[in-house]
Amino acid sequence: MESRFRVLFLIVAMIGLSGCAATKNLFGFGPDETPPPMAEGPGQVVDPEVERREIKEARIDRENWEVGVFGGIMSVEDWQSNVSYGARLAYHLTEGFFVEGTVGRTETGKTSFEILSGGAELLTDDERILTYYNVNVGYNILPGEVFIGEGRAFNTNVYLIAGMGSTRFAGDDRFTVNFGAGYRFLMNDWMALHIDFRDHLFDIDVLGEEKTAHNLEGHLGFTMFF
Amino acid sequence: MSEHSITTIPSTPRLTDSALALIGCLVAVVLLFILAGPAAYAADKEYRHVAVAEPYLELRSGPGKGYPVFHVIDRGESVDIIKQRTDWYLVRNDRDIEGWVNRAEMELTLQPDGEQLSFQLSTQEEFTNAKWELGLLAGDFGGANSISLYGGYSLNPNVSIEAWGSQILGNSSNGWMASVNVVHEAWPDWRVSPFLTLGAGVIRTEPKSTIVQGEDRTDQLGHVGAGIRFYAGRRFILRAEFKSYVVFTSRDENEEVEEWKVGFGYFF
Repeated sequence: MESRFRVLFLIVAMIGLSGCAATKNLFGFGPDETPPPMAEGPGQVVDPEVERREIKEARIDRENWEVGVFGGIMSVEDWQSNVSYGARLAYHLTEGFFVEGTVGRTETGKTSFEILSGGAELLTDDERILTYYNVNVGYNILPGEVFIGEGRAFNTNVYLIAGMGSTRFAGDDRFTVNFGAGYRFLMNDWMALHIDFRDHLFDIDVLGEEKTAHNLEGHLGFTMFF
Repeated sequence: MSEHSITTIPSTPRLTDSALALIGCLVAVVLLFILAGPAAYAADKEYRHVAVAEPYLELRSGPGKGYPVFHVIDRGESVDIIKQRTDWYLVRNDRDIEGWVNRAEMELTLQPDGEQLSFQLSTQEEFTNAKWELGLLAGDFGGANSISLYGGYSLNPNVSIEAWGSQILGNSSNGWMASVNVVHEAWPDWRVSPFLTLGAGVIRTEPKSTIVQGEDRTDQLGHVGAGIRFYAGRRFILRAEFKSYVVFTSRDENEEVEEWKVGFGYFF
């Protein structure tokens, strides 16, 4: 116990010292560094009255974020296919790349074993609920336009995503890798419809031996740029 | 097998509730946008007005290089800048024709006073002097997978303080970790900037439900580490780091864990 306090004290001391040593001007305590006075240029006769006005990007409505909800079907290996739903938030880095975070949830069914054995329950009701979050990198691989009738054109994107996260299912959090593809249909400048197919992979050993389960999800979503 | 359901960690409802609450909140936000959005947009917004200085300005049908040019605005005409998405600007001319123009062309337009437009772009200088930073890293924590989120505040170009939250997902146990640390960069003006870090925190370990023995525990920890921050352009950095942890367990021996991770951050 004593050694723990000693180590903690050491860490606190080191943090303090490293902070102080490296930050002469931290909190304005250090010596004031006044810049040397500017020498008057002898050649400057006319003072140019040009005032360069910079447009701060903030003054233009930036719409790089995309937020939305989705609903669909998720097939959880051995535990049947059920309705899933969730939400997503994406940030567009360039016209090609974006990063995206999603959360989702589905209530799984019963394994064949549970149905055939007539009564043996492997999981409680709470454990049957599957929730996940993941963080992905996406790339708009096929940007394009679709035409409806003669006078209407809509922008679209086919994109690929891959990432990782965590799934809570059968009483445990499970490291999850997911990848998939999607289709974004922009109804106007700021509203979009999505169709997504994703595979969530995690290891599970509830049915006796450890295996990597493929859990396929297909969903329809609606998002808005802001 | 029926034993299994008895020995599980009973905290499932809490997380599902919070996930539900999160989804609920997002739905509410989305609905709010749907209801309030158009009204807010309809309010007569003042757009930035610029004149075309080059021989012409090309309007594309979408915010990307591949979209076709469908309209050309001649020199002398002017346009309103409606919005920006990544490096593309949606503009509208006097005849209500809207199209997307890329940044390079946009910078050649003139403001009403004849000044050229200058869009403030993030530079490496801002990378050095930015105050706030947010990021996400993933890697290996003593053989388990770790996913971490951090937020940092820069006291000066050399020193910043950071708060970290991590989820650790292993074969036999899972856990959460929260820590605070100080980061020191010796050469913050370099594009690839190495740093040293030192901190302390707590770790909560939850053995997996299929392991019958073992109980949840919370321990304090201290760590030292080193890594690099790489300015990737715009407001993004790539980051890789190694940390060595000492976990002060309630057993006789302290536990030492090594962690490495890579990821990206965003400064502002």
